[in-house]
Amino acid sequence: MLNRLDDMLNFHTQALRIRDQRQQVLASNIANADTPNFKARDLDFKAALQGALQGAPAAGGTTLAATAPGHLAGQPGLAAETGLLYRTPAQGSVDGNTVDMDAERAAFAENAIHYEFNLTRINQQIKSLLAAIQG
Amino acid sequence: MSLFNIFSVAGSAMNAQSQRLNTVASNLANADSATSANGEAYKAKQVVFAAAPVGENGATGVNVAAVVEDPSPMKQVYDPKNPLADDKGYVTMPNVNVVEEMVNMISASRSYQSNVEMMNTTKTLLLKTLSLGQ
Repeated sequence: MLNRLDDMLNFHTQALRIRDQRQQVLASNIANADTPNFKARDLDFKAALQGALQGAPAAGGTTLAATAPGHLAGQPGLAAETGLLYRTPAQGSVDGNTVDMDAERAAFAENAIHYEFNLTRINQQIKSLLAAIQG
Repeated sequence: MSLFNIFSVAGSAMNAQSQRLNTVASNLANADSATSANGEAYKAKQVVFAAAPVGENGATGVNVAAVVEDPSPMKQVYDPKNPLADDKGYVTMPNVNVVEEMVNMISASRSYQSNVEMMNTTKTLLLKTLSLGQ
């Protein structure tokens, strides 16, 4: 029973975690809009969510090769650490900075709304569960 | 929660931008200071930003790595009546480029604003997260 409750909330919880990490990455980009040689980064939400749902590292993540039974599996890092990609700049700048302020702010706002969406969905799920429990 | 890190990230960026604004103010105020405590004309100052990791989740803030003196040549103004003039009648004036400083000021204040907005958005998200399930 508890397992089912957990499964029900799992999808949006994982999505929320990745949105949370992405928000942080985008915040770092905006904060460093004037830092010379800073390279803007982002994470592939789809790949990260798929990885998180399957319990596997995101695409591009690294795992240790185990060729003997005694080898340790190793701990694959969080999706955000392994799946962080670099943005391709639309327009280069003289100081080597690849932050496009408009794109970053748009992505930041978009990610915030998606975060709120996931929160709302979890809230609704909790409400429907409560309705089922209380009858 | 990585969202908490955003406060440190935006905070460090705001700190760096306000330091930049501070140097702009100092440069503009001293645009005509032909002499100073060490007897030389004022030299324009510029801040150097560097990315600095915040927390352990890969968040990147900003810090001011150095405040350097502008290497551009000093202005020479012909004013033989000035007591500071050399034997040819030229006075060495600061190398402050007022137009450049104004642009720097606008850029710093816009960046500061973006960081404030970023903090506001994050605060809203965090407060909504806190009221989850109520």
